[in-house]
Amino acid sequence: MPVVPTPTTLTEATAAIDDREVSHIRNDFPILAQQVNDNGLVYLDSGATSQNPLSVIEAEQEFYEQRNAAVHRGAHSLAVGATDVFEEAREAVARFIGARSNEVVWTANATEALNLLTYSFSNATAGRGSDDSRRFVVQPGDEIVVTEMEHHANLIPWQELAFRTGATLRYIPVDDDGALRMDEAAAVINEATKVVAFTHASNVLGCINPVEELIALAHARGAFAVLDGCQSVPHLPVDVKALDVDFLAFSGHKMLGPTGIGALYGKADLLNAMPPFLTGGSMITKVTMEGADYLPAPNRFEAGTQQISQAAALAVAVNYLQETGVKRIAAWEATLGRRLVEGLQQIEGVRVLGPGAGTERIGLAAFDIAGVHAHDVGQFLDDRGIAVRVGHHCAQPLHRRLGLIASTRASTYLYNTTADVDYFLEAMASVRSFFGARS
Amino acid sequence: MSGALEQLYQQIILDHSKLRHGEGLRPAPDGSVPGESHQYNPTCGDEITLRLARNGEQITAISWAGDGCSISMAAASVLTEIVDGGISEADLLSKVDNFRDVLRSRGTIEADEEVLGDAAAFSGVSRYPARVKCAMLSWVAAEEALLASR
Repeated sequence: MPVVPTPTTLTEATAAIDDREVSHIRNDFPILAQQVNDNGLVYLDSGATSQNPLSVIEAEQEFYEQRNAAVHRGAHSLAVGATDVFEEAREAVARFIGARSNEVVWTANATEALNLLTYSFSNATAGRGSDDSRRFVVQPGDEIVVTEMEHHANLIPWQELAFRTGATLRYIPVDDDGALRMDEAAAVINEATKVVAFTHASNVLGCINPVEELIALAHARGAFAVLDGCQSVPHLPVDVKALDVDFLAFSGHKMLGPTGIGALYGKADLLNAMPPFLTGGSMITKVTMEGADYLPAPNRFEAGTQQISQAAALAVAVNYLQETGVKRIAAWEATLGRRLVEGLQQIEGVRVLGPGAGTERIGLAAFDIAGVHAHDVGQFLDDRGIAVRVGHHCAQPLHRRLGLIASTRASTYLYNTTADVDYFLEAMASVRSFFGARS
Repeated sequence: MSGALEQLYQQIILDHSKLRHGEGLRPAPDGSVPGESHQYNPTCGDEITLRLARNGEQITAISWAGDGCSISMAAASVLTEIVDGGISEADLLSKVDNFRDVLRSRGTIEADEEVLGDAAAFSGVSRYPARVKCAMLSWVAAEEALLASR
């Protein structure tokens, strides 16, 4: 049985996903069958990490049982087979986002992908790399642009790059509802802008940003466009070539894959012009005691033994998403997202963050509830078997902008039913009375 | 409802979380030595600034300002009740240790109401390891504030 399916096995169904289909999908996810605090688990925290279908879990086991070996080295059959698995997985993931396989660099997660990028820019700034690397030099006078809604993973690496290089970090603000101030974007992004880094879909607000417009603004000023795809790649069709984005970071564990693997997409000519970040084995051509020459991308950025079994499993996850149909998943999650927002807005004291009912959003909703702290809401829901995320969701500046310290977030995926959403809403309706919150 | 939740959120805790004793930072009374500590829980963003006033070995006043969940706010309120009216430093430190032991016991140590007063109602928190930090936030602040006032 091939670990990585070939594209010809992929067929996309056309009918919309409904609760009946989801009940079948759920059978593929063993963890969802369990009881939590004497209730059936209602998992509404896929925005933090998604659950895995059995096929993904088995792929990792199968790799260790049948194929485990170091890749890109050794002439024995097992090593050749493991290398095939590893590279076929890269092809599968590249295909999933419309990229070529030499444009996908494996990383531990999206955070590492974004750090790789910023440290490579730093290394170019320090004079490393080739003449081609000079385009990544960041210096005083240059500006790096992010947005006020970024996850810390797409904020702090850029802050640090600015500190290291003397560049200025600027941001596109959000309005009182959390929407990007696109009227300001055109001014914030200017001739001095070197990079514009922004999220495709907010992990707090659930909004889908005007990505094409931002990429066009960046390119018009000669800046690189960097997309955080953590909340989009798992949930929406994303085609890097159609978007013409320069870099894209995403994490495997948010898209039915295992933890420990993510990826950085970069246009081939850019990746091949960038100096490496992590250095060591497997990323070199010739090494002397004085220096080394480096492999082209993607291997240039993959020093040391890689996450091979995770790559194999991520390819199976991607196949699962494609077989189900990413467009169909997006439509189903939009349905669940609408149901969440409409239901929450009917509960007294609840303020839903981000776009209101009727505006496009992914299948998540974060909210504040008057008189009850998010941590207490989470505890109350957990008692009923409902798993949600509470806190600042790694977006402290955004919460501060919205006048909050913390919020509660319910986030769905293809395995959630409308009954999950309704059970959650029913529990939410009694939170304030349990805690004696005054109206 | 499983009943476990009511064990955690006892009425006494919910009451303290709303009618918070000692909330609002006040300057230490004249003639006393102030000690202050700011504690922050990065996982949830809860924070507290707590101020004690010392006269020799006696702690004579406490006040605090903070933002957090009902457990963290109620814990600061019951701590205020313990300090209000004066308590020796040694006595306060021993109560903090006792409170910590109860909270970390995973339900194996029952709190003694004679020692902890209303804080004994926090026994239920010990079954929720993720919430121990919430309850300890102000009590750790008191320990640090004591050190700062030395």
